[in-house]
Amino acid sequence: MSAPAALSVRGLCKSFGALAVAQDVDLDLAPGARVGLIGPNGAGKTTIVNLLTGMLRPDAGSITISGAPIDRLKPEARVRRGLARTHQISNLLAETSARENVAIAIAERENIAWRLLRYGRRWGACLDEADAHLAVLGIAADADRAAAEWPYGKQRLLEIAIALALRPHVLLLDEPAAGVPALEAHVIHEALDHLPADVAILMIEHDMDLVFRFVREIVVLVQGRVLTRGTPAEIAADARVRAVYLGRSMA
Amino acid sequence: MAGARLGALWHVVPWVTALVVYYTAGGYLSLGTNVLIMILLTLSLDLVLGHAGIVTLGHAAYFGFGAYAAGNFAVHVHNGSLAGLLFAGALTGVFGLLTGALILHTEGVTLMMLTLAIASLVAEFANHAHFLTGGDDGLQGIRMAPLLGLFRFDLYGHTAYLYSLGVLCAWFVATWRIVRSPFGRSLDGIRQSPRRMRAIGTPVWRRLVAVYGLSAAMAGSAGALSAQTTRYASLSALSILVSGTAVVTLALGGTRRLYGAFLGATVYGVVQSFAAEIDPFRWMLVVGLMLMGVVLFAEKGLMSLVDLGRNALVGAFRRAARR
Amino acid sequence: MLYVTLLLDGIAYGMVLFIISVGLTVTMGLMRVVNLAHGAFAMTGGYVAATLVKAGVPFFLAAALSAGAVGLLGAGAELTIYRPLYRKGELAQALMTFGLAFVAIAVLTMIYGARLEPLPLPKALAGLVDIGYRTYPAYRLFLIAVGLVLAVILWRVIDGSLYGARLRAAVDNPRMARAVGINVNRLFTVTFGAGCALASLGCVIGAELLPLEPFYALRYLVLFLVVVGVGGYGNFKGSFIAALTIGMIDSAGKFFFPGVAAYLLYGIVLALLLWRPHGLVPPRSAG
Repeated sequence: MSAPAALSVRGLCKSFGALAVAQDVDLDLAPGARVGLIGPNGAGKTTIVNLLTGMLRPDAGSITISGAPIDRLKPEARVRRGLARTHQISNLLAETSARENVAIAIAERENIAWRLLRYGRRWGACLDEADAHLAVLGIAADADRAAAEWPYGKQRLLEIAIALALRPHVLLLDEPAAGVPALEAHVIHEALDHLPADVAILMIEHDMDLVFRFVREIVVLVQGRVLTRGTPAEIAADARVRAVYLGRSMA
Repeated sequence: MAGARLGALWHVVPWVTALVVYYTAGGYLSLGTNVLIMILLTLSLDLVLGHAGIVTLGHAAYFGFGAYAAGNFAVHVHNGSLAGLLFAGALTGVFGLLTGALILHTEGVTLMMLTLAIASLVAEFANHAHFLTGGDDGLQGIRMAPLLGLFRFDLYGHTAYLYSLGVLCAWFVATWRIVRSPFGRSLDGIRQSPRRMRAIGTPVWRRLVAVYGLSAAMAGSAGALSAQTTRYASLSALSILVSGTAVVTLALGGTRRLYGAFLGATVYGVVQSFAAEIDPFRWMLVVGLMLMGVVLFAEKGLMSLVDLGRNALVGAFRRAARR
Repeated sequence: MLYVTLLLDGIAYGMVLFIISVGLTVTMGLMRVVNLAHGAFAMTGGYVAATLVKAGVPFFLAAALSAGAVGLLGAGAELTIYRPLYRKGELAQALMTFGLAFVAIAVLTMIYGARLEPLPLPKALAGLVDIGYRTYPAYRLFLIAVGLVLAVILWRVIDGSLYGARLRAAVDNPRMARAVGINVNRLFTVTFGAGCALASLGCVIGAELLPLEPFYALRYLVLFLVVVGVGGYGNFKGSFIAALTIGMIDSAGKFFFPGVAAYLLYGIVLALLLWRPHGLVPPRSAG
């Protein structure tokens, strides 16, 4: 019997009044998967992410991580089960230094963030590990500066660093290259190439170069429904997908 | 490393000043004690509002709660000061945990309104519960035993002042450590972005309730000191005026600068006592204008002005040392 | 029949709360500014009217003039001291407006003294009216009538007029509204001024129920905030329902549980806000 999927979604549904933003969505991510979620604007991609992280409550459907259901858990509890995300618009602690942004995440992971006493050594270890995570992504310089002072491209990498510091089983990347000038996008691409192989990754992106380069499976979402799924080659050849994007060249 | 040593030296200034006041204040010593109590209350507000971002306009509820708790303890149970202080602080802390647990699911303006509602409820209760609070007349007949069995609470307020200073010092050290701990840093993160903190697994509600309880205990200690040193507790301790004053002194001094509480409370206390002698309501005018001025022009409070002065001093010192 | 009386009492009280608070809910919904000085504006109108009445000006004229004066004062305040606040966040707004309330209380005390300021009703309102099963104070019926009329007028303005459409657009999405050419700044100023004028009117006509004294600004602030909070910020219909609900709870509470009326009110408010932090009545736009 094969290992349980890292992330498994069945029949996810969500409506806001008459507007159905998610209809009967199924997803399976094996450990180490690289899946891209694409679709035209308004297809409901970010909604899916919010449903997965727990920011939104679904009307129907189930979500499991490594076989264990997480439907009843609050967002912070899901993180502790191994689900991490990056945000479409950088959501960092603006006044806090980059290093501390990562270190606080590590402290939560290690369960020392509640400590009032006798924390010196452990906090120091968090700071050291934070430096290591920053170094892996090549952004160790200026780790002391407030996150808000970093250029936006580096902020996006910092988001990824924080998510990785949580050592997740499942990582949701919400448009990691969004807002990054085209000239700097390759930095993001390289960072994504070096993500840990055992983490299951679901990526939302509009940048088709990035999608085709990075993922091994694509799920196409249109108006809240899964239109089709398959390998990048299959999707590129699919006439329906091309029609949905109305002339967008995907060669 | 001269900079670090120099930095540590600044810590001494407020405490030395407090001792200087003790020896020189003369008839104004009781005002000094009031200022110390105000500093403690403001510090408690800095923890919960400045650091954790919980906008509360009802913190007087905990100040008054502590005052009445200490007063009743002295009258009915045992009139030892430290015992009463510990009792009042702990009980207020528990009350803070309970009320905090109730309202900290919300945030922003709704939370602020809930703090107002809670404060109003407590004030109403105190108004009715004559057996506990003495109603409009206040809780009287508090007579404190000598502190630690040795130091009588004299008429000139010497013991009261040093007692309050000691309690303030203890809470200050505690707050200093809390703010620098991982707990304190996570609170700072919650203030900046609860969403970001949830995204890294922080149990936001639990942390906020914990700091709210701590802050309530601190405010309750301030109230206890007030009841013990003035031997009186009244309904005014629960009023929105006290809550507002604490917020004013915090804003004046500057949030997240622990010594800001010292500065703000001192300035406020001095201004209020002198202005109140001239005209009972002119001090409200002055305080209101000060508050508006601080918000519009010196957002980081007077501490930022102190920083400017300090940096100028240090710069001059360095230049002189280099010659 | 007793219940009808209580109902009328509660509605009358609720109308006063509504008229005063409607400006606050629009301001908080539109400009997203926490305005703790709203009670101060209301109170200032009350004092202006009281001074006019003492000088011999007829009651209704005084009410109108004071509303106009406070409206202008509010607009002026918006242009000068509220503008810088929009960017500064809730805490700064709360602090500054709190300070403004302090200033108002101090100034009015220095001018008028700390006692209650009488604002006598005109003889026309002072009598009793036969409503079938008993006689009832004309004053309260007047309040209910004025409240209804104002509610209808405001509803027509907000739903039916161009100004109202612009207002709703600016509430929903200020940036988009600007992009479409709506002069959001001028809208803010006019609306803030109008809100203050209404608050002043409410204070003047409601002076029998909410007595005028310098502490008025802070004493009843909680009530106004509660109406706004329970009704939902920017939710005009919600504030109407919330005001009436609060009014009726208060009047029922004072009758059935005289000792604990205040608890009842704040306790229910607490429960309501905990149950529905965004307000009791769902806003116009869903999601």
